[in-house]
Amino acid sequence: MTDAAVYTQDPDSHEEHHGPEHGFKRWLFTTNHKDIGTLYLFFSFIMMFVAGAMALLVRVELFEPGKVLLNPEYFNQMTTMHGLIMVFGVIMPAMAGLANWLIPLMIGAPDMALPRLNNWSFWLLPFAFAMLISTLFMSGPAPDFGWTFYAPLSTTYGPKSTDFFIFSIHLMGASSILAALNIVVTIFNMRAPSMAWMKLPLFVWSWLVTAFLLLAVMPVLAGCVTMMLMDRHFHTSFFNAAGGGDPLLFQHVFWFFGHPEVYILILPGFGVISAIIPTFARKPLFGYRFMVYATAVIAILGFVVWMHHMFTTGAPIAAQLYFMYATMLIAVPTGIKVFNWVATIFKGSLTFETPMLFALGFLVMFTLGGFSGLMVALVPSDYQYRDSYFVVAHFHYVLVSGSLFTIIAGVYYWLPKWTGQMYNERLGQLHFWLTTIGMNVTFLPMHFLGLAGMPRRIPDYALQFTDFNQICTVGAFIFGFSQLIFLYIILKASFGKRTYQVSNQVWEGATGLEWTLPSPVPYHTFETAPVVP
Amino acid sequence: MFQWISRLVLFIVIFLFTFTAYAVSGINLPYGVTPTSREIYDLHMACFYICCVIGTLVFSILIYSLIKHRKSKGATAVHFHEHLGLEIVWTVIPFLILIGLAIPATIVLKHIHNTDRSALTIKVTGYQWKWKYEYLDQGISFFSNLSTPQDQILNNAPKGKWFLLEVDNPMVVPVNTKVKLLVTADDVVHAWWVPELGVKQDAIPGFVNENWFYADKIGTYRGQCGELCGINHGFMPIVVQVVSQVDFDKWVKLHRPNAGNEANQTLTMKPLSEKELMILGKAQYDKSCGMCHQATGLGLPPSFPPLKRSRVVTGPLDGSIAFVLTGVPGTAMQAFGQQLNNKEMAGVITYIRHAWGNDKIIINHKQPIIVQPSDIERVRRKNL
Repeated sequence: MTDAAVYTQDPDSHEEHHGPEHGFKRWLFTTNHKDIGTLYLFFSFIMMFVAGAMALLVRVELFEPGKVLLNPEYFNQMTTMHGLIMVFGVIMPAMAGLANWLIPLMIGAPDMALPRLNNWSFWLLPFAFAMLISTLFMSGPAPDFGWTFYAPLSTTYGPKSTDFFIFSIHLMGASSILAALNIVVTIFNMRAPSMAWMKLPLFVWSWLVTAFLLLAVMPVLAGCVTMMLMDRHFHTSFFNAAGGGDPLLFQHVFWFFGHPEVYILILPGFGVISAIIPTFARKPLFGYRFMVYATAVIAILGFVVWMHHMFTTGAPIAAQLYFMYATMLIAVPTGIKVFNWVATIFKGSLTFETPMLFALGFLVMFTLGGFSGLMVALVPSDYQYRDSYFVVAHFHYVLVSGSLFTIIAGVYYWLPKWTGQMYNERLGQLHFWLTTIGMNVTFLPMHFLGLAGMPRRIPDYALQFTDFNQICTVGAFIFGFSQLIFLYIILKASFGKRTYQVSNQVWEGATGLEWTLPSPVPYHTFETAPVVP
Repeated sequence: MFQWISRLVLFIVIFLFTFTAYAVSGINLPYGVTPTSREIYDLHMACFYICCVIGTLVFSILIYSLIKHRKSKGATAVHFHEHLGLEIVWTVIPFLILIGLAIPATIVLKHIHNTDRSALTIKVTGYQWKWKYEYLDQGISFFSNLSTPQDQILNNAPKGKWFLLEVDNPMVVPVNTKVKLLVTADDVVHAWWVPELGVKQDAIPGFVNENWFYADKIGTYRGQCGELCGINHGFMPIVVQVVSQVDFDKWVKLHRPNAGNEANQTLTMKPLSEKELMILGKAQYDKSCGMCHQATGLGLPPSFPPLKRSRVVTGPLDGSIAFVLTGVPGTAMQAFGQQLNNKEMAGVITYIRHAWGNDKIIINHKQPIIVQPSDIERVRRKNL
């Protein structure tokens, strides 16, 4: 991947004859990977504003001690829905959108391997989330047991709407499994003949690994919620201690899904960053091989560390020690990635367009999140951090930078390629700075809150936590409202009048097959396989 | 643009730091009053400093490149994209650092797991949304409820110093004594967490988890439930009073049930005046019922049904009492029979029957409004 690919469009191809259908049918029946990618991205964008608004409601309630706006029951619904929608409705669909758009372009394939399945895996999502969000309008409470929905709070004590939640999780799981299946099959079978494994862009590698993670753990989640359903309605006692069941089993099953899920959320982001940093450093990615190995190692280790979410559950010391050591070990491959990105930047020829700014923001904040992750891995300290705001700060640093920032960086990076429109650089930079400042003002003080003893998921708090909570709320509003700039940029690029022609390569330092195609990308591409240098 | 923004960033950073220094009491883990909490603190700080060193190293290289290797400064990219030696270095060095961290963590953990030779055993049971403490050898057992009044939570009264961190009956333990905790839960998962004691232990129904602490300083230490346990998760604080051995012995003598138990029992059976019952009942209602059913009696339907004009409240007396005694399994309505004595129960039921216009309906039904401890005892017997 060191030199620009030499593929040019075949002048005899008939791509322009097979344009898309018009009207809503285009989107409903489409099997085109670009259309489906667009659908995924817009869906996730809408969901981001929904879940973001919920987070802002939470922050308003926490602006000062005493009741501000929400009663505790509604507060719990907001934290639960915020978490569920951000994980399953924003990050995962956005990553799937990037995969749909980019994997065929990057590997020189005409489309995904299973295009109709692809359509279905997207169109399951709006129904799943309609069902989930509809619970907010039902007469009883919506799911209010946190996004981790620990039994028996979600089974014996769960509200009636929990059944809707269970089925929507089933639908999301089916959607993810199908999407992952499609991605694996595409990468294995649809690569251009000259696209060797070790020439694959890192984005494709990381999505391949992610897809295997999805295939392995989404069925576990489905099993978990099915057991909940059985406990709630069919008199089983999987998680009910009174019936001989085991509430801890729930936590084991959930986190066996939940921990790899964390890597599902960030590994594709690592791939995006590994594309962006070399472009704007004008220098090939440092240590490509080690980056690939590190991704695989992170994924494998991700399967064997789930109990570090359960250190305070009374686990025996042997289990705690093993899970602590295994968890600490993840710092090694993650460190390799960070060091390689820094080495890529080192002695490059750097420019700071918006995608690069977001990539650098990711690099710094993700490292900070990694540090707090190392602290949380130590069992004795974890006794103090567990379920406090320290953990909230930790996973927001990791996920906001590792997922949200990388998605935004990727969108800015490939937007000119997708739409043929260059975004307004000044606005993009403003968006970056406001987002970064807002994000840090929101989540940095949460470290202090957690260390000072504030538990997470409480709707009201003792007086000594007031100052930091107020800073957090101010930051959250900066963070949230600056996304409106992003909305404007996206809408303008998608629907605005085209002002000037963007070159094929778009960015001076960009390499890879997608940059050999015209901007905007034609509806059909690579009907004949390109030759990879 | 860039300059303007960097100034803004600088301003915010300075603002944050000064704000932190002036305004806030706690920004770090408490050093605590037990050997465990101190060992945890030291481990936490060691890990923090190691992270600082690594961070400084990585970020200085990054910042150096960001400043020196800009295209606008004429930097050209070198073709340097693989180096096996470097990869090995940054695999092995972090690994060694991790071993250096794992060793002290293992030692501290072994210490935490040693529950041998404890002098006092307390069983801690989490309920939605209160704690029960049972001193197994002393035979003392009581519930510990939030004592912050609803008026403060709803901003109708100025907030006290220990807003949401105060309880009616704190756990009392002697200083310099190894206290073993047996932690479990009655309904959903809770967690018993007091930062200054360095203890956080999940309370899981069907499991009894062990933990311990050895407080070496007299004082009052506060914590909260650490695991989402439903709507009032934020309203079940923990208060531990560490007192001298002499004071502890006095406390035990005062609370030991066998001393004057008979007298106690007859005392709780003595008929009370309506006024006494109402005063007692209002206080008990605020403590045990108000969080869910609200001071207005309107509840938070449908999870917490209203008591105003409720059919259970205004129906036949014995049914009403039995409902409170046995609760509704699988909901937040607990069996208060184990939690309240006859006197308290009589007060609270009298209060509920009296309040929010319920009395008028009950009079229409020709049922008594006032409930005496003897009524409670009668229904208790019938239900057993």
